[in-house]
Amino acid sequence: MKRISQILFITAVLSLVITGCADISKDKKTTNGALGSNAAEKVYVAPGEHDEFYAFVSGGFSGQLSVYGLPSGRLFKVIPVFSQDAEKAWGYNEETKPMLNTSYGFVPWDDSHHPDISQTNGEVDGRWVFINGNNTPRIARIDLSTFETTEIIEVPNSAGNHSSSFVTENTEYVVAGTRFSVPVPQEDIAIKEYKGKFKGAVSFISVDPDHGNMDLAFQILLPGFNYDLAHPGRGASHGWFFFTTYNTEEANSLLEVNASQNDKDFIAAINWKKAEEYIKQGKFKTMPANYAHNVYDEKTHTATSIMKKEVKVLDPAECPGLVYFLPTPKSPHGCDVDPSGEYIVGNGKLSADLTVHSFSKMIKAIENKQFDGDAYGIPIIKFEDALAGVVSQAGLGPLHTEFDGKGNGYTTFFISSEVVKWKLGSWEVIDRKPTYYSVGHLMIPGGNSRKPFGKYALAMNKITKDRYLPTGPEVTQSAQLYDITGEKMELLLDFPTIGEPHYAAGIPADLIKPRSKKIYKLEENEHKYGVKNNEDVKVVRNGKEVHVYMTMIRSHFTPDNIEGIKVGDKVYFHVTNLEQDYDVPHGVSMIGANTSELLIMPGQTETFIWEPKQVGVWPFYCTDFCSALHQEMQGYVRVSPASSDIELSWSLGED
Amino acid sequence: MKKKSRLLMLVGALLPLFLFVFPLWNITLEAPQYPTPLGMDIYINDFADMHPHDIKNINLMNHYVGMKYIPESIPEFKIFPAVIMIMAALGVILAFKTNYKWFLGWFIIMTILALAGIYDFYLWEHDYGHDLDPKAIMKFTNPDGTVMGFQPPLFGTKDILNFRAHSYPQLGAYFLAVGMALTFISYFVGKREKNFKRL
Repeated sequence: MKRISQILFITAVLSLVITGCADISKDKKTTNGALGSNAAEKVYVAPGEHDEFYAFVSGGFSGQLSVYGLPSGRLFKVIPVFSQDAEKAWGYNEETKPMLNTSYGFVPWDDSHHPDISQTNGEVDGRWVFINGNNTPRIARIDLSTFETTEIIEVPNSAGNHSSSFVTENTEYVVAGTRFSVPVPQEDIAIKEYKGKFKGAVSFISVDPDHGNMDLAFQILLPGFNYDLAHPGRGASHGWFFFTTYNTEEANSLLEVNASQNDKDFIAAINWKKAEEYIKQGKFKTMPANYAHNVYDEKTHTATSIMKKEVKVLDPAECPGLVYFLPTPKSPHGCDVDPSGEYIVGNGKLSADLTVHSFSKMIKAIENKQFDGDAYGIPIIKFEDALAGVVSQAGLGPLHTEFDGKGNGYTTFFISSEVVKWKLGSWEVIDRKPTYYSVGHLMIPGGNSRKPFGKYALAMNKITKDRYLPTGPEVTQSAQLYDITGEKMELLLDFPTIGEPHYAAGIPADLIKPRSKKIYKLEENEHKYGVKNNEDVKVVRNGKEVHVYMTMIRSHFTPDNIEGIKVGDKVYFHVTNLEQDYDVPHGVSMIGANTSELLIMPGQTETFIWEPKQVGVWPFYCTDFCSALHQEMQGYVRVSPASSDIELSWSLGED
Repeated sequence: MKKKSRLLMLVGALLPLFLFVFPLWNITLEAPQYPTPLGMDIYINDFADMHPHDIKNINLMNHYVGMKYIPESIPEFKIFPAVIMIMAALGVILAFKTNYKWFLGWFIIMTILALAGIYDFYLWEHDYGHDLDPKAIMKFTNPDGTVMGFQPPLFGTKDILNFRAHSYPQLGAYFLAVGMALTFISYFVGKREKNFKRL
C-alpha cells in the first residue's frame, strides 16, 4: 500500500490542483461545521453509560485485535491473537503457547488484517469474530463471550493470507484467499517459472454452527494471480463468494509496473454451493499438507495444537460452473457486496471509477454462455454483460465500500483522502468528506451483512501527520468517526488506534452484552494441574522438574512459603484463582522468571516456568491490585544449592 | 355452616408449608464496588445465594473485619422445619376434630414459636456481627470507643461502613403471616358460626 502511495503521490498532488479547490473550501466548512454543531455531544458517553456499538479494529502489524466503543472511540481491550502479549501472558504461559504453533514452529507474531463477525441469516449475531493472520497464513476465532482467541487454524498452500477472513450468511464458511501465488505444492523452482506454475489457493474453512470449531473443508486452486479482498454473496447471491484479483499479468518482478499493465483485472466469482457438490461427488484431489490446528479448551483452560496432514483440493478447470471471472478495472482492491446481494462493487485502486457488477446479469450471462474466452479454463464473462453501472470519476484510488442499508454506498479513496457517499442504482455521488489522511478501509456496523446499522461510519486512516501531538517519527495510527444519519456526512471524532487499522467489524453492544461471561466456574475447571481447595495444594518433585500446585484468593497465595527447591530445577507454578466474584483476577510473578507474569481470572488455572539460577530466598507476588491487602499478597521460595538434600516443604500461616 | 371456620383453619395451618418452597428472609448488601449487590436468601432449612457465589463472596469480604464464615448449616435448620411440620399437622387435626376454641390456642402457640424464631435469628445475627476474630485485619471503633459491630439489621435498612444492608421478610414469611392471620380469623368465624347456630 505504501509503495502505491509513493508512485501515485504525484498524481495525488495533481488531483488536488485539478479538483482540489472546491474540496479545500468544503474541508474548511466541515471543520467549522463540526465545531459549530453538536459533534461533541454526539460522541459523549456519560460516566457509567455504555457505548452503543463495539468496534473490532484490526491491529495490522501488531497482530492483535483491539476493541473500541462507538461513538466514544474509547479503547476497551486489546485482544491478543497472533502476537505474544505480556499484559495477558498470551503466548507466554504454558496454556496459550500452543495457540501460536504453526508448521514453521512457534511463530509469535503476525500481521492481522480483516476481522469479520459471525452471521445468522445474513445478520451479525455477536458470537465470534474471525481475523486473518496475513504473514504466516492463519485464521483465528475469537469468542465474544470472553473476548479471547479460542482457535487458530493455519492455511496450507497459501502465502499472504489477505483476502480473509470473511464469513458467509450463516457462518457456514470463513474464507482465506492467498495474496501471493506460490508453487503448490511448494518446490525448488526458478522464480521466472512463475507464469502457469504458481497457483493461488482460496480456502473454505467450515465453522461448526454450535461450537464454532473450524475445519479446512476444501481449497480451490486458482490461476497464479494475487487475491486481494473478498466478500460473500447474500440473498439471491448466497452460495457465491467474490474475490478481487490483481497481477492477472502474472508478473514476478517489479509488480508496481508489471502488474499494472492490464486495463482490467478480475473479480473471481466462486460458486461454493457447487464446490460442495463436487466435494460430495468426490471430484477433489487429496493433497498432502502440513498445517497446525490450535484449539483452546475453556474447561481445561489449555490449548492443544495438532498437525493436520491433508487437504482436499478442487481444480476449477475440471469443475465446470465453479468459478467465473468478471473483468474489473484496474487492480481492484475492495470487493464489496451490497445488503441485497445484487451488486458487487469492484474498486479499481488505480482507477477513478467504481465498477459495479450485477449478480442477476452475471447469472444470465452464464446461462447464455456469453463468454469472452477463458483463463486457465475459467470462463471470462464479457465486461458489459455483467455491468450494473459505474460511479464515474468519484475520486482517486477507490479502495473499499460499505453500505448503510438505506440504498447508499460509502467508498474510501486512498489517494484523494476522502469518503464518498453514492447512491446504489443511480450511481450518482451524493456527498464527499475529507479524511486525515490516506484512508484505507471503512466500517459501518453490520456493513458487511444484510442488515447494516447505518448510524456511523468509521474510516481507518494510514497517515495522521498533524492530527495529534507528535510522538517522534512514528505517529499514532488513526480512525475517524462520521455520523451518516443525514444526507451529508459529518465528521464527529478522531481517535488513535493500535498498529495499522486495516479493517474493522462493528456490532450493536446489545447483541454481545447478554452473552458476556463474568467468571469461570471453579467446579468446571478441568485443568490438569488445577486445585479447587487449599487441602489439595502441593509441591511435587519429578527429577529436576518441580510442580507447584498453588491457589490464590484475596489476599494470599497457598502455599506462601516453599523450601527445598534447588538451583537447576525447572519449577512449574500452576496457579488457580479460587475467586468466584466478577472482576477479581489475581496476577503472579516470580523474581527472575523468564516469561510474562500471569493474569488469572476467577476460576482459572495458568502455568509459568521458573528456573532459579542463584541460591537464596526469592519473593513472588500478586501483580494485579486485588484488594486492600494486595501489597501483602506475596510469598517466598527458598533456593538451595543443587547438591542440597533439603526436602520439599510448603506452608501457609505457620511461623 | 361450621365448614367455613374449619376451612380457614385448614388453609391457615397449611400455608406455612410454603416455607419449604420460598425463602423466609433476605439480607442484601449494597456497596459501590458491587453494582450487582451481594445477597443471601434464608430458607427454613438453608442459606442460599441470591446470585451464584454470593455467600462465598460475603465471607471473603467479611473476613477483613474478622467475621466468621457463614456456616453451611445451623441446628435451627433441623428444628425450624420440624416445628413447621408439627404445627401444620396439628392444625389439620384441629381443623377436622376440634371446635373453634382450639384454633385460637394454635394461633397463640404459633405466635410464641414465631417470636422465639425471630429472637433466635437476632441472637445469631448479634453473635455473627460482634464475635470478631481478635486477629482481624481491620479494626473499627464506634465514636464512643467501643469495638464496632457488623450486625445486619433484624428488619429494615442500615449502613455498615461502606455497605448498606437490607434485611426483609420474603415470600415464605408472608405465607406464614397470612396463614397465622387466617387461623386467628377462623377462631372468630367459628365463634360467630356457633352463635348463629344458637339463634
